[in-house]
Amino acid sequence: MSGTAVLVLADGTVYRGRAFGAPSTPASPGAGEVVFHTGMTGYQEILTDPSYAGQIVCMTYPEIGNVGVNPVDEESRGIFLRGFVVRDHVDFPSSWRARESLDAYLRRHGITGIWDVDTRALVRRLRDKGAQNGLIAHGEAALDELRARAAALPSMEGQNLVDAVTCEEPYEWAEGDSWSAGARPDPTYRVVAYDFGVKRNILRLLHDAGFDVTVVPARTSASEVLAMRPDGVFLSNGPGDPAAVPYAAEAVAELVERVPIFGICLGHQILGLGLGGKTEKLRFGHHGANQPAFCTRSKRVMIASENHGFALTAESLASNPEIEITHLNLNDDTVEGLRHRRLPVLSVQYHPEASPGPHDTAYLFSEFRALIGAQRA
Amino acid sequence: MPKRTDLKKVLLIGSGPIVIGQACEFDYSGTQACKALREEGVEVVLVNSNPATIMTDPDFASRTYIEPLTGQTVERILEIERPDALLPTLGGQTALNVAIDLAERGVLERLGVELIGAKLDAILMAEDRSRFGTAMEEIGLRMARSRYVRKLEEGAAALELVGLPAILRPSFTLGGSGGAIANTEAEFREKLEWGLRQSPRSEVLVEESVLGWKEFELEVMRDGADNVVIICSIENLDPMGIHTGDSITVAPAQTLTDKEYQRLRDASVAIIRKVGVDTGGSNIQFAVNPETGEIVVIEMNPRVSRSSALASKATGFPIAKIAAKLALGYTLDEIPNDITRETPASFEPTIDYVVTKIPRFAFEKFPEADARLGIQMKSVGEAMAIGRTFRESLQKGLRSLEVGSYGFEPVELSAEELREVLPELRPDRLWLIAQALRSGLSLEEVHERTQIDPWFLNQIRAIVDAERAIERGDFDLRAAKRDGFSDQRLASLTGVSEAEIRSRRLAEGIRPVFKRVDTCAAEFEAHTPYLYSTYEDECEAAPTERRKVIILGGGPNRIGQGIEFDYCCVHGVMGLTSDGFETLMVNCNPETVSTDYDTSDRLYFEPLTLEDVLEIVERERPVGVIVQFGGQTPLRLSVALEKAGVPILGTSPDAIDRAEDRERFAELLRTLGLLQPDNGTARSAEQALRLAESIGYPVLVRPSYVLGGRAMQIVYTASDLERYMREAVRVSPEHPVLVDRFLPDAVEVDVDAICDGTLAVIGGIMEHIEEAGVHSGDSACSLPPRSLSVSMCGRIREATRALALELGVRGLMNVQFAVVADELYVLEVNPRASRTVPFVSKAIGRPLAQLAARVMAGKSLTELGFVEEIVPEHISVKEAVFPFVKFPGVDTLLGPEMKSTGEVMGIDHAFGHAYAKAQRAAGMDLPTGGAVLVSVRDADKAEVEPAIRTLAELGFEVFATDRTALMLKESGVAAKTVSKVTAGSPHTVDLIRGGAVQLVIVTTDTSEPRAVRDSMAMRRAALEHGIAYFTTAAAAVVVAEAIRALCLEGLEPVALQDLSTGKPPVPETLRG
Repeated sequence: MSGTAVLVLADGTVYRGRAFGAPSTPASPGAGEVVFHTGMTGYQEILTDPSYAGQIVCMTYPEIGNVGVNPVDEESRGIFLRGFVVRDHVDFPSSWRARESLDAYLRRHGITGIWDVDTRALVRRLRDKGAQNGLIAHGEAALDELRARAAALPSMEGQNLVDAVTCEEPYEWAEGDSWSAGARPDPTYRVVAYDFGVKRNILRLLHDAGFDVTVVPARTSASEVLAMRPDGVFLSNGPGDPAAVPYAAEAVAELVERVPIFGICLGHQILGLGLGGKTEKLRFGHHGANQPAFCTRSKRVMIASENHGFALTAESLASNPEIEITHLNLNDDTVEGLRHRRLPVLSVQYHPEASPGPHDTAYLFSEFRALIGAQRA
Repeated sequence: MPKRTDLKKVLLIGSGPIVIGQACEFDYSGTQACKALREEGVEVVLVNSNPATIMTDPDFASRTYIEPLTGQTVERILEIERPDALLPTLGGQTALNVAIDLAERGVLERLGVELIGAKLDAILMAEDRSRFGTAMEEIGLRMARSRYVRKLEEGAAALELVGLPAILRPSFTLGGSGGAIANTEAEFREKLEWGLRQSPRSEVLVEESVLGWKEFELEVMRDGADNVVIICSIENLDPMGIHTGDSITVAPAQTLTDKEYQRLRDASVAIIRKVGVDTGGSNIQFAVNPETGEIVVIEMNPRVSRSSALASKATGFPIAKIAAKLALGYTLDEIPNDITRETPASFEPTIDYVVTKIPRFAFEKFPEADARLGIQMKSVGEAMAIGRTFRESLQKGLRSLEVGSYGFEPVELSAEELREVLPELRPDRLWLIAQALRSGLSLEEVHERTQIDPWFLNQIRAIVDAERAIERGDFDLRAAKRDGFSDQRLASLTGVSEAEIRSRRLAEGIRPVFKRVDTCAAEFEAHTPYLYSTYEDECEAAPTERRKVIILGGGPNRIGQGIEFDYCCVHGVMGLTSDGFETLMVNCNPETVSTDYDTSDRLYFEPLTLEDVLEIVERERPVGVIVQFGGQTPLRLSVALEKAGVPILGTSPDAIDRAEDRERFAELLRTLGLLQPDNGTARSAEQALRLAESIGYPVLVRPSYVLGGRAMQIVYTASDLERYMREAVRVSPEHPVLVDRFLPDAVEVDVDAICDGTLAVIGGIMEHIEEAGVHSGDSACSLPPRSLSVSMCGRIREATRALALELGVRGLMNVQFAVVADELYVLEVNPRASRTVPFVSKAIGRPLAQLAARVMAGKSLTELGFVEEIVPEHISVKEAVFPFVKFPGVDTLLGPEMKSTGEVMGIDHAFGHAYAKAQRAAGMDLPTGGAVLVSVRDADKAEVEPAIRTLAELGFEVFATDRTALMLKESGVAAKTVSKVTAGSPHTVDLIRGGAVQLVIVTTDTSEPRAVRDSMAMRRAALEHGIAYFTTAAAAVVVAEAIRALCLEGLEPVALQDLSTGKPPVPETLRG
């Protein structure tokens, strides 16, 4: 059903497989930072998560495409990642919700894929050597040239990818999670959500938690936000290096004393930067739905969905005594959450909105609302 | 939360004998628990009646009781041992039931024993379906609509509620025993009546049918701090309607989106919290409507289950071990993940391969049984396969089953016939589906008839399509290997030999690589070499330079080859480890201890075929391979392996052949001056008849090279022999049939011995209780022998030693003898581990298989300090356990064909006590009073009479059928006459059903089909009403002896540790 394809890493390693998705062209091969995701479900949510902008994602679970794709499981208006790598792909979706096959979906969105690859070998290389750039080329290709091009790709460090994925205009979000039947609490609060590449499920869960949500572009200034008189500000997830979007941390620094804030993923990193912390690039990051997030307050472990290549360093946060580290990833002790000791400000590195992943930490949306409620009482 | 310091001594309950629905998986979980508890310094007291378990090895617990798993026995053990806690969640339903009994009777409270893992209330909430149903509604979930029925009259109202088809589930049974589907009102009534009898509480749940829905299972763990993780999701390829134990299952779930999967995950977390399982694992089953996604909760097991064992093997996450640690108070984040070492157990395993489990059935043993599958479990074993794609995993699974299949071989049925059989839920449905797709049925049509998710069907279609290309010769060999095709299947598709495919493959450099099972999809480095093969680029086997030995396991459990062989394999590992070898295990049975990644140094979870084993051997280059521990499976490979240049450790394949080849064996016996029953080998039906004529009827006939007595029969007449040759076997020059003189009144004797080539030492001599004609695996036996003379025992020893030395046995050997008056016949010699090795090892307190492995690897028996037979002072009795209750309409009569699934052991100071314990452990609690029903064939009357006299003297009321009653009266035993069933009511079966008798002794002339038919109702009635029944005269005699012992003094539990030290078995102080 498909021709040959290669995935070439910046270090020169070549993985052979077969082509699927949109054909690569010499002008636009699927090129980006190659990362792996260890979730066994949720490839459609991953494909449409803007946080993967600029990346090629390899799924560690080998059978991908089984349930096709459907309009409900899209996490954004499109696909921002650059390439998709899987072990096995059978173009035969089976699900009562499927409306399209994965292959057709990738083609429609112009995303290049490669399958029939020894993905485990690739993952082991990325694990041992760290995430690196790579590109996917369909058909017969001059490997040396591809190697050179892969090596020349820019590093993820210092890349501002937020500007490419954020919305152009502010908009209201008024849709909840169709899978949960719970009633919205009353009264509702107004939250302004910075879109650094926001996932729809975050907006849905904010809505369901009792927020009237206004989504604003990433470069919205603090004063513009305050002019909307929000009860709280939300900092979304997003792609790339947080240090490359200094305007966001600057806006947050202005907002932090004036309005309750909740951040997720990139939003968490930006909040940390706004509070004086620093971020570093992780070797291969955390991309999966099975990560142990330990809450230092409750001493309990939540299974969390995570997707980040950068993290706030514990040392940098220690310099601000008003910051409490509230969550740690038990696998490697990276910072996974923080709270301001004095202000109604909190953030987590992981994804309480899941999608894909477990719902263990969804309570944080209500907790944010409770924080605002307490503030206003 | 750190470990609790108040739990110093914990009692662990095992699951007893292997039965359908409860197999080696509980030895695996119990052994892990023992190890985990002892690692924490906890003193473990273990109770399990099954001697063929690793957990009951005296080294695995501080105190080991091989005793019946009944409330009363365990109560007495609690009184003796006074542990701090009882851990009931690792021994299957059996352990849970014992714990419920002890808790409900106030025993635990009286003795101050805490129930850890799951409290009584949690167990009861999960077990009691109406409470569980209410609990589900409270957390926003629902079960199928249902109603409990306790009387036949209540059936109609229940049926009104749920509609047809309706499901009937008797309460408190294991393995879905007695479950049934009713499609019509008449069927409903009939099944309800049967179900009410099945349930120990006479209670049946009548339930809405969700047949055809998708079925999923989630394995959940919770710790004392309320952390909950999902270890594994499992999707049943078979939709609802087939018991999950009989379903082909796949891990992880394949056909759920994340949104749908997370709903099941949320539900599972809510359920384990609601039920309140404090710590440990649970298995939760769901049905999902394939058209709407609607979820129905099917059930929850508040304990480690068969699926947990599968999930552990599928992910590398040791559920039972972790469960044991959690029960001591640890939390998940405090326990390290053994495989990654650097990460904690508080995460959810993620896998980067596909696992397929395929059940194995034994319907060939029960030709009268209904071979269609349903909600009652019928499989006896299972194979698991790991592949990087579903296709590879499935095809590896097919050849792992060892049913002579190496892929989707064609089935000779027309498209029309296939249309008809597809909806029938047949055990061979996978092959039928493939054939249907091959014959041009559309995928939609197959889906309509099987309700199997189209995704799976499409995968099978992809394999069938690939086969077409292969048959045309137009294929890429590497691509075919990547899809899981075996060399053998490729050979038959292309019309060449397997060797040709293999050499082409090697020439093209197409070799498998080995990947690791690591719980984390390679996110972290794996430190445990738990490997599977696949055809990809990178190999992670990383063999060491150590001196290593490969031990080939036994594959899926089946009747005749079960846990006993896994026990031997594990002991082989232990023995070789102590001699400094690196040990490598190859096996594909997920239930076993041998496939625990920390049993051997390296585990290859692979099919046991020549192709797969050779690839491992070539990758690892061991000093040798051991084939004599895993039963027939590895033994069958020995010649081919040797031919391929693989060193076989221990007894040479030539010596094995000398024992198995009829002519060479006869020559061997002549050389040694030993007798064997007249016999011959027939290569055609005519030859068989001529042979039988010259030997004289009755004769024992069977195909050559079989284990477990398959297709073995005693034949009394020429016309019976003709029928046998026509129907039961396919005789040919390559597949001859063996004809032996049958010795009707012989006492059979089993001997296990060990030999290093120069010294042969007897392990144990076992005298069978049942007379010749009953398969040795189905017969009870006693060690030491109970009736053989000293001189006969001496002759048996001498013959055994002579055989071992003459054959040059290195390792284990089993000999079966028959004693007729003063003559000793050799029936067969098996120079390999036998089914009785674990039993003998337990009885004599020496690990025979371990010693044998060390002998095979070069040690002498003298060096090992095992130079003479140990004849224990105590008596050990082994009894077989049968699956008859799962097969309605099947006769329970014993014969030369093995039918038992498991065994139990009774140990005591005297035979009667040991036998009574074994019976109790096998579920036949011998009565000490009441009434006995006797109906024996004429030939048995003289032998049975004294036994009945004994029972009468002990106060039993005696009922007997006409001629038996007459005989008893003549010899002065008062007996009331009862009509046989054929004579009309009131008859024997009415008596049994009415609860008027507590013991049934019925023997039948097996050469008379009519007599067998007429007496069958009696046997089935006794079985179904849970009344102790015995079907041989020999058993009747010992039963009377055992009952007398019971009447004189009760049974007292005894710990193995008190035996092995040489102390008398039952200390005076403990006898009441």
